[in-house]
Amino acid sequence: MDFTFTREQEFIRQMVREFAENEVKPIAAEIDETERFPMETVEKMAKYNMMGIPFPVQYGGAGGDNLSYIMAVEELSKVCATTGVILSAHTSLCAGLLHQFGNAAQKEKYLIPLAKGEKLGAFGLTEPNAGTDAAGQTTTARLEGDYYVLNGSKIFITNGGVADTFVVFAMTDKSKGTRGISGFIIEKGYPGFSIGKKENKLGIRASSTTELIFEDCKVPKENLVGQDGKGFGIAMKTLDGGRIGIAAQALGIAEGAYEEAIKYLKERKQFGKNIGAFQGLQWIIAELDVKIEAAKHLVYKAAWNKDKGLPYSVEAARAKLYASEVAMDVTTKVVQLFGGYGYTKDYPVERMMRDAKITEIYEGTSQVQKMVIAGNALK
Amino acid sequence: MNIIVCIKQVPDTNEVKIDPVTGTLIREGVPSIINPDDKNALEEALLLKDKYDAHVTVITMGPPQAEKALREALSMGADEAVLITDRAFGGADTLATSRVLAAAIQKLPYDIVFAGRQAIDGDTAQVGPEIAEHLSLSQVTYVEKVEIEGRELTIRRALEDGYEVIKVKTPVLLTAIKELNVPRYMNVKYIYEAFQKEIKIWNSDDIDIEKSLLGLGGSPTKVRKSMTKDVKGKGELINMSPKEAAEYAVAKLKEKHFV
Repeated sequence: MDFTFTREQEFIRQMVREFAENEVKPIAAEIDETERFPMETVEKMAKYNMMGIPFPVQYGGAGGDNLSYIMAVEELSKVCATTGVILSAHTSLCAGLLHQFGNAAQKEKYLIPLAKGEKLGAFGLTEPNAGTDAAGQTTTARLEGDYYVLNGSKIFITNGGVADTFVVFAMTDKSKGTRGISGFIIEKGYPGFSIGKKENKLGIRASSTTELIFEDCKVPKENLVGQDGKGFGIAMKTLDGGRIGIAAQALGIAEGAYEEAIKYLKERKQFGKNIGAFQGLQWIIAELDVKIEAAKHLVYKAAWNKDKGLPYSVEAARAKLYASEVAMDVTTKVVQLFGGYGYTKDYPVERMMRDAKITEIYEGTSQVQKMVIAGNALK
Repeated sequence: MNIIVCIKQVPDTNEVKIDPVTGTLIREGVPSIINPDDKNALEEALLLKDKYDAHVTVITMGPPQAEKALREALSMGADEAVLITDRAFGGADTLATSRVLAAAIQKLPYDIVFAGRQAIDGDTAQVGPEIAEHLSLSQVTYVEKVEIEGRELTIRRALEDGYEVIKVKTPVLLTAIKELNVPRYMNVKYIYEAFQKEIKIWNSDDIDIEKSLLGLGGSPTKVRKSMTKDVKGKGELINMSPKEAAEYAVAKLKEKHFV
C-alpha cells in the first residue's frame, strides 16, 4: 500500500492552490452575492490547461490522471464551491462522457475544444418529473431523415446558461423504458433549443443552473452518442465518475471551512484567552479533523480506482455519500464556532454552509448513493 | 533567440535556521521555492518566448534536490534545464557561485542571461553582476521593463527615486525586480511534460573551471557570525477616527523625535 502522491500530483495541487488563492478566493463572496457566473475564471483555467486535466493530449487534454483532476476540484472548492462545480460538471459530465462514449468524429469535433477549454460543457438528464427516477424521461427524440427531432425540457442543469456543448438524454422509444433512452450532443444555438428559467439558489449561487427547452429541435443524426437505446447506461456510468467530482467538491468545502475555523480559534478571544484554548471547542475540532481525513481517503480511493481501471461505482457512491455529509456537518459546526460572526457575510463560513447542502442532493441524492451501496452489498 | 535564466532554490520562510558552527543555512525540513526575483526573471524570459519564440534554458547551482525548482520552471514553460551540482561546490560564496554559473553559461548558446536581483536567503544581489563580469557581458540591474527590437534592448532600470532608460545590445545580462512582471502559475499540461524531460546534470568536471576556485576554498567571504533578528514587540492597535488617529500618530512620532 502506498499513500504517496506522484510528483506531478504534488505540483498540480501546489499550482491549483496558488491559482485558487489569487484568482478565485478574492471574487468568491461577490459572485455568490450577485449570482454572477465567473467567466473570467473559466478563461484563466483554460489558459492553464485545467479544463481537460484527465484527457489525453491528442484530445486537447493535459494528459493527466483522474486523481489530479479531483484534487483540482478539491482545491478550488476550498475557496469557492461554485468554481469547483463548474469544473466538475464540465470535465466529468460532458467532456468525460464524450471521452468514454463518443466516437472518433465526436471526439475530434467536440471533446478537443472542451478539453482545451475553448468550449464549456454541460449535461442534461434531470427533468421536472424525472429526478431520482431518471428512467422517467419524457423528453422525446424522433428520427426524421438525417436528424433527430427533440421535444421536451430539462431542469437544474449546471452550466446551463453558459455552456456551448451539451449532452442531453431523450426517449427514442418510449415503449422500451430505460432501453429506449439515448444521448445526444447539442450545440448552443441549434434551432429549437433555448435556455429557460435560471434558478435562484441557496448555495453555489454563481453557478448557472437553468432549464433547457427543446421545441422541434433538429439534431444531426451523427450527434447520437453511442447506440440508440444505450443512453441510460451511458448516463449512469457518467454519473459514477461525476460523483467523485462532487465528493471532491464536498471535501474541499469541508476543508475550506475547517481551515477558517482553525484560524479563527487562534485569534478570537473570550474570557481572556483564545477560544481554541477551551477543551469543549478542541473536541469539536478533533472530530471534524477525523471526519475530513476519512472523507479524503474515500474520495482519493474512488479516484485512484478509476485511474487504475478498477470498478469505482460503489467507491464513488461511498465517497459522495460520506464527503457530502461531512461537508454539511463541518460547515454547520464551523458556523457555530464562529458564533454571531459566522452568521454574517463578513466571514466566508455561512457561504460554505449554504454551498455544502447541494452536495447531498445533486448527481444523486444521499439516498440514491445508499441505494447503490446497499444494492451492491445485497446483490 | 536563446535565453538563459539563472534561478536559485531558497527556503520558503522568514524564520531561517542558521547552523551555529558553520554560520550557513540549514535547509532540511524547510519548504523550498524558486527565489521570488528569479521567478520574475523567468517570467520575462517566458514572455519573450511567447512573443518571439525564444528558447529558454534554466540553470541552477545547488544540491540534487534543487531539481524540484528546475521542474517547476519547466512546468511554467521553460524549454530545458541544467542542474550544476557537486559536493565540491558546498560552502560557495557569491564569487565561487558566479564563477561556476559563468562557466556553465559558456557552454550554452545565449543572447540574454536573466537573473533575479537577489535571493531572499542571502540578499547579496552580487551573483548576477559577477556572472556578467566573468563573461565580460554588458549588464543592467534592477530591470523593471524590457523592450526588444532585433539585437537592441530598451530597458527601464529602477532607481530609488525614479528610473533610467538604457539601450543595450545583446549579449547582455539583466537582473529582474518584482516590478518587472507578475509570474505565471505552472501549467497543468507542462507539469506532465516537465517530468518527461531530462534535466542535464553537470558536475565540476563538466564545466571549464579551476578546482581551487570551487566551494568554501574558492570563497574569499568568511562568515564570522550569523544571527537571527530580534523579534520586534507587538504593535499597538488603536481604534479611533482617521483624524484622531493621524493626530495620535504625529504625537507619537514627535515623542520619538522622528519629526
